[in-house]
Amino acid sequence: MNWLFQPWPWYIAGPLIGLIVPLLLLIGNKTFGISSSLRHMCAACLPANIPFFKYDWKKEAWNLFFVGGILVGGFLTVLLIPNKGAVDVTPALAKDLATYGITDYSGLVPAQLFTWSTLLSVKGLLLMVGGGFLVGFGTRYAGGCTSGHAISGLSNLQLPSLIATCCFMAGGFLMANFILPIILSL
Amino acid sequence: MSDQPISNEEETIEYETRHLDSACLNESHLKHPWWYNLKYLLVGLLFGVIFVKAEIISWFRIQEMFRMESFHMYGVIGSAVAVGILSVFLIKKFNIKTIYGEEVEFKAKTFNKGHIIGGFMFGLGWAMTGACPGPLFAQIGTGATVIAVTLFSAIAGTWIYGYFREKLPH
Repeated sequence: MNWLFQPWPWYIAGPLIGLIVPLLLLIGNKTFGISSSLRHMCAACLPANIPFFKYDWKKEAWNLFFVGGILVGGFLTVLLIPNKGAVDVTPALAKDLATYGITDYSGLVPAQLFTWSTLLSVKGLLLMVGGGFLVGFGTRYAGGCTSGHAISGLSNLQLPSLIATCCFMAGGFLMANFILPIILSL
Repeated sequence: MSDQPISNEEETIEYETRHLDSACLNESHLKHPWWYNLKYLLVGLLFGVIFVKAEIISWFRIQEMFRMESFHMYGVIGSAVAVGILSVFLIKKFNIKTIYGEEVEFKAKTFNKGHIIGGFMFGLGWAMTGACPGPLFAQIGTGATVIAVTLFSAIAGTWIYGYFREKLPH
């Protein structure tokens, strides 16, 4: 049972995630995707007569149950079968992060960047509020996120999803290698 | 458009929206009581467990991916896609039905400029937050409560997109 308390390798996690695609299709004709849940929340809470939010969100409520399950899953994993020890960070990344004072790898979310006390710093606002905004705006503009495009879309061999996935990667490369170092040094 | 009844116009908008944004919309034509949705909560729960156990929701793993310093995330996404492609192929080939006997429906996506511009913006945000939308929920679940602010900001971003949607290039 030791494996339960260790981080799982990619060749266990990846195929299991891939199986979610047929699972959702076969238990109710649902296309695997997560970012739409954000749209359903807008439609449910503040449609404001905007055409994009005027649809029957209750018909899509399954998606809200799905993301609710993800949250509960995260909670239960930490409670019952947590990963023992700190995140094993690659030496090259650890060396670079140390120059910005980030040395605590005890959490999956770095405690030195993402906490309530750093929220109101320039760095915190940029990373959490600015980053979150880009995630929400960008995924909806692109019509999907990693799950909707990179996994479901590619599973169905959709060219637009391949283009979107390449653009996700391009944006990520630019941010992680060139812009993030500037933000972290603020 | 103006001489058509409103309901038609709304239908057209909904159709166009679905066309642009085909991901994640429900294709089932069956009507079930709400508690049928609990099975999606269970699937989500399983997904949340994998997210945490394979450290997919770790900001560090996402940085390693974008800095090309680790194979882990490429392995996760690549093998997920491989299993997904095989599954979809098998469902189509053997015309496998849902547990309620419905035909499984696949939708073709139509390319628009949003895939490029929006995709690029999402990539920037992904590297900043170290999370795509799914992991945001899991991170909150693991006790990183401040990520609720990031999630709220993502919902706000979605709303702002909806507000300006007609003015944006597609």
